[in-house]
Amino acid sequence: MRKLKNIYYLGIKEIWSLWRDPTMLVLILFVFTLNIYTSAKALPETLHKAPIAFVDEDHSQLSGRIIDGFYPPYFMPPRLIELQDMDKVLDAGEYTFVVNIPPDFEKDAMAGRKPTVQVSVDATRVSQAFTGNGYISQIISSQVSEYLAGYRSNEPLPVELVLRARFNPGLEQFWFGSVMELIDAVTMISIILAGAALIREKEHGTVEHLLVMPVTAGEIMISKIWSTGLIVTLATSLSLVGVIETWLQVPIEGSKLLFVLCVALQLFATTAMGIFMATIARSMPQFGLLMILVLLPLQMLSGGMTPRESMPELIQIIMLAAPNTHFVMASQAILYRGAGIDVVWPQLVALLLIASAFFVIALTRFRRTISLLA
Amino acid sequence: MNSVICASDLVVTYGQTQALDNISLDIPSGQMVGLIGPDGVGKSTLLSLIAGARAVSHGQLMVLQGDMRDKKHREKICSDIAYMPQGLGKNLYPTLSVEENLQFFAQLFGHNKAERRRRIDELTQATGLYRFLSRPAGKLSGGMKQKLGLCCALIHDPKLLILDEPTTGVDPLARSQFWQLIGRIRQQQPQMSVLVATAYMDEAQQFDYLIAMNAGQILATTTPDEMLVQTGTESLEAAFIHLLPQNLRANYKPVVVPPFNPQNEQDIAIAADGLTMKFGDFTAVDNVSFSIRRGEIFGFLGSNGCGKSTTMKMLTGLLPATAGRAWLFGNELDPDDVDTRKRVGYMSQAFSLYSELTVIQNLVLHARLFGVAEHAIAGRVDEMAQRFALTDVLHALPADLPLGIRQRLSLAVAMVHKPELLILDEPTSGVDPVARDNFWQLMVDLARNDHVTIFISTHFMNEASRCDRISLMHEGKVLISAEPEEIKQQKQTDSLEEAFIGFLQDATCHQDETVSEQNPVLTNSETQRSPGVSRFFSGRRMLSFAKRESLELLRDPIRLTMAFLGSMLLMVFIGYGITMDVEDLSFAVFDRDQSILSQNYSLNMSGSRYFIEHPQVHSYDELDQRMRSGELSLVIEIPPGFGRDLSKGLQVDVAAWIDGSMPSRAETIKGYVQGIHGSWLAQQVRQMNSGVSLAGAVNIDTRYRYNPDVVSLIAMVPAMMPMLMLMIPALLTALSVVREKELGSIVNLYVTPVKRLEFLLGKQLPYIFTSFISFFILVAMAILLFKVPVVGSFFTLSLTALVFILFATGFGLLASVFTKSQIAAILLSTIGTMIPAVQFAGMITPVSALEGAGKLIGEIHPVSYFLLVSRGVFSKGLGFEDLSFAIVPILISVPVVMYCAVLFLPKQER
Repeated sequence: MRKLKNIYYLGIKEIWSLWRDPTMLVLILFVFTLNIYTSAKALPETLHKAPIAFVDEDHSQLSGRIIDGFYPPYFMPPRLIELQDMDKVLDAGEYTFVVNIPPDFEKDAMAGRKPTVQVSVDATRVSQAFTGNGYISQIISSQVSEYLAGYRSNEPLPVELVLRARFNPGLEQFWFGSVMELIDAVTMISIILAGAALIREKEHGTVEHLLVMPVTAGEIMISKIWSTGLIVTLATSLSLVGVIETWLQVPIEGSKLLFVLCVALQLFATTAMGIFMATIARSMPQFGLLMILVLLPLQMLSGGMTPRESMPELIQIIMLAAPNTHFVMASQAILYRGAGIDVVWPQLVALLLIASAFFVIALTRFRRTISLLA
Repeated sequence: MNSVICASDLVVTYGQTQALDNISLDIPSGQMVGLIGPDGVGKSTLLSLIAGARAVSHGQLMVLQGDMRDKKHREKICSDIAYMPQGLGKNLYPTLSVEENLQFFAQLFGHNKAERRRRIDELTQATGLYRFLSRPAGKLSGGMKQKLGLCCALIHDPKLLILDEPTTGVDPLARSQFWQLIGRIRQQQPQMSVLVATAYMDEAQQFDYLIAMNAGQILATTTPDEMLVQTGTESLEAAFIHLLPQNLRANYKPVVVPPFNPQNEQDIAIAADGLTMKFGDFTAVDNVSFSIRRGEIFGFLGSNGCGKSTTMKMLTGLLPATAGRAWLFGNELDPDDVDTRKRVGYMSQAFSLYSELTVIQNLVLHARLFGVAEHAIAGRVDEMAQRFALTDVLHALPADLPLGIRQRLSLAVAMVHKPELLILDEPTSGVDPVARDNFWQLMVDLARNDHVTIFISTHFMNEASRCDRISLMHEGKVLISAEPEEIKQQKQTDSLEEAFIGFLQDATCHQDETVSEQNPVLTNSETQRSPGVSRFFSGRRMLSFAKRESLELLRDPIRLTMAFLGSMLLMVFIGYGITMDVEDLSFAVFDRDQSILSQNYSLNMSGSRYFIEHPQVHSYDELDQRMRSGELSLVIEIPPGFGRDLSKGLQVDVAAWIDGSMPSRAETIKGYVQGIHGSWLAQQVRQMNSGVSLAGAVNIDTRYRYNPDVVSLIAMVPAMMPMLMLMIPALLTALSVVREKELGSIVNLYVTPVKRLEFLLGKQLPYIFTSFISFFILVAMAILLFKVPVVGSFFTLSLTALVFILFATGFGLLASVFTKSQIAAILLSTIGTMIPAVQFAGMITPVSALEGAGKLIGEIHPVSYFLLVSRGVFSKGLGFEDLSFAIVPILISVPVVMYCAVLFLPKQER
């Protein structure tokens, strides 16, 4: 009872501290609103304004028609270049694709001699290279067959492939981007809030003050966790409803309450992590470097940026120990696919286990180093 | 007699507070002038103005016959002024040795090597530091630090020596030695003017001339003797109080300490036996024993770093003792014993209230944490507010209150739970004499009326004499523990200070740190004045800053390791982890036909290397459920009658359900499915009727250039390079300037002849070097670990990397110059580098495909161009000729960012 009271009072103190720190408040506000909006909107569609150039050695009606088939938003308006410039523009990275239409192309095509169109792709731009090439093949094929249809009959394809994207029928990038940005924000802010706040207390000498009071290390730590957790959970919920659902108009399939539960578990883990890092770093500069070292892999490898299943096995296994991985999995399932607790319970259990482990480790370390903090 | 300093109508305001309020004064040259007054009355502000460290905004200030607002004049007299800022070794570099510190300052003022050696040897011999040349400045005692600071100040023969509280926190022996030293220097160089600020009134007695200051105003300017005569007092302290405005000393009355009559000699509140504290091989507290009776005021006296605070921390349970035992109220000290803690109140040296909580919030929080019953809290808080006169400021934030009131609040907080023992660690340092005496009155009342035991540490002798008993501490040992009178008797002296010096001399007589009187301080003063200080860019000054910064970096191995190891780790993790190849996608077939043809179709699908087949789906519900859980990314639904209809030549639709929750992955799946479907069709058509070609009228021949297998690693590794080479170097330099701002050594930029560009470039150099090494490590990792060969011109890559590092470190400096705190600098440089590098530089999406502001950033930021060069050299086999178009923008960015950094770095404090 006495413990609970202490934890409550200390937590309230943390909330007051944040409330009176305008820089931090502005930062949090920015991260949970504008940052999410701009990041989501800045992401182009998968294939967007891909720069393309043509080497037209045929100058026929057909070649003109093919070139006309490329237009925004998928492609930049195509530019015509000379054959000898082809290497140069690719080397300079001006264009991702250069299509070469050979001489006598139309004549050969009409005669059924199957001429060859050469597509050169700058494969260092992997993401554009893959999808762009598919689009290019399709556009060329359809332009040619349409053109030729006027001259000779063409049998229809007997089997049609109907593609249906579920959960995000238009494959809108910002649906995905906004929620992933929110997830990154949750991780970043909670680690900074919990960790940097502890370092700052250390620098201002207030930890020392706390330690001579009749409160225990565990009470201090739990109070930091619950107050940070509450603030970030609140910010996340508001951002989900206000920014993502209302402002960005992203439809949310699943139960928001279940998502908030996930956020709470994730925060339990990340705040413990932040405190742990603050006990390792001796000064703010060291904490800054350490934070980047931890934050970057957490954000880039949790499955929020590129699909998890494509990562090397070893990384996949290592990342299972990171709370973000499970958090991303559960959030995607809940928010996009409308999954319920019957589906995401393994992730919730994993989060709880990881969080408890982090908490115990951080508490042990906090207790051990607390006298050095003063 | 001409004047060395002449000021009129000087005004300095910080936000709401007026630090200097219309100051006008005239200081004659060749004199030792003392600036007296408590902390925070504007002494330091005035001195920093005179030293040229702070810009004159209002009023006139002439120093050494020139206007301090004139930049040319400041540059001219820079080397004639020596300034030692407040704080022990504030302008010294703690990780550097005595020798290195002196070398650094000597280099700045342009002495050659032989001259530097001679001066350093002479100065250190004269001050007794010669034996400690190789010791890091941070490990010197307070007195020695101040001597080193003095050496650093004297190394360039100044005409005006400015010392800001040089002896605060220094033990009395070191203090008297310090003044002897100054005295001898003045004998040899009588033309030198010395301006000293001090809070110790007793020191001021020996100065030629005094300026008494309070609240930004000058109370009096006169000689010490005259001041005593004018005020009709016996001591300068009393004289100062007499000089204060009426309203300030209205409720002042001298502290009277009633004699201590212990009710019971055996009633011991606190006892220590053989307490020892070791940090590594350094003994902070050595075998300290004492016992304090209930209701006693027990003083702990000693210089900074002598072990007072450490002893107190051990008694509060903050630090576990290495050896020895302690008892509180007869119970052996147990850090986990929460109940004993409730009987103790502690007030630490560093001000430790919650500055974000109001006065009343602070009081209530502490009352609650100490377990005061909820119904009693309001009354208790009220009582404390009354007693400590806080009623008017209950809703103010501590930061807005003057120091004296904050100290009272601290005491109120420490008292809110009515402890029986108060442990106070230097509670009165920095408080003006009137507030200090008021504070003592409160404590005396607590001790005598409420029988609270008070254990207090101080370095003010007059406070010590009010204690019932005191212990003199020096270098971790208690020299003597007795009543003040008894201590004076033992040494047969009139003052406690002299007695203390006597004990210190006994303790240190075998050490020869003491100054040999014969050694002249500066024999050479006439022989070789410092060479003219170059008004133009000086490579030597830049190098001396570079050398110093490198030494500091080398002595912070954690930062250095993180810089190297950090970029390596990130390269491995992200290089391996981030991949654009979408493979091993999970898919299942929902075959509602179950004919040979439909099975043939699904077989074709599962044969692809992109897909891994999962067990078949049997119903729409199952399809839904398994896709929701994320198990399946793709489901191929084959309609009933697929085989039959197809053989009849009827139109059939096959549905591909794709998980769209990750759009980029969905797009890739779409492409794969279409491809596989197409090839299946072609195959079928060939088998059914070999005549008609359905495969299209043209061939499309795709050539993946530079990366024929479209492997992500080849694309990602060159793309990682710019990101890492931007973020880590920027983060390293981002802390370098702001750290000096926080620690105070930035003052060396203000008062030495160093130019801003020399300062910045000097700081940048070591990090450029570090980052360039880091670059080669990363290239080696790319080649050896990731097997991504460099096919183009390695020279071009290295050259571009070097230029880019110049930009990245420059950007860090800019962030550092711009911000005030380290955390803000970290934040600014992280956001300022990570966002352009990851999102706008073309790492994943090419710049040309971006839109709006993102595109603009991508087009002007050098990181995009370094990315082009990196990919060009790594993957495309290009050389200098082909890439010079991308190197030029990076080259242009370097002077731009450096110019901005210089522009925003003030050469004076504002």
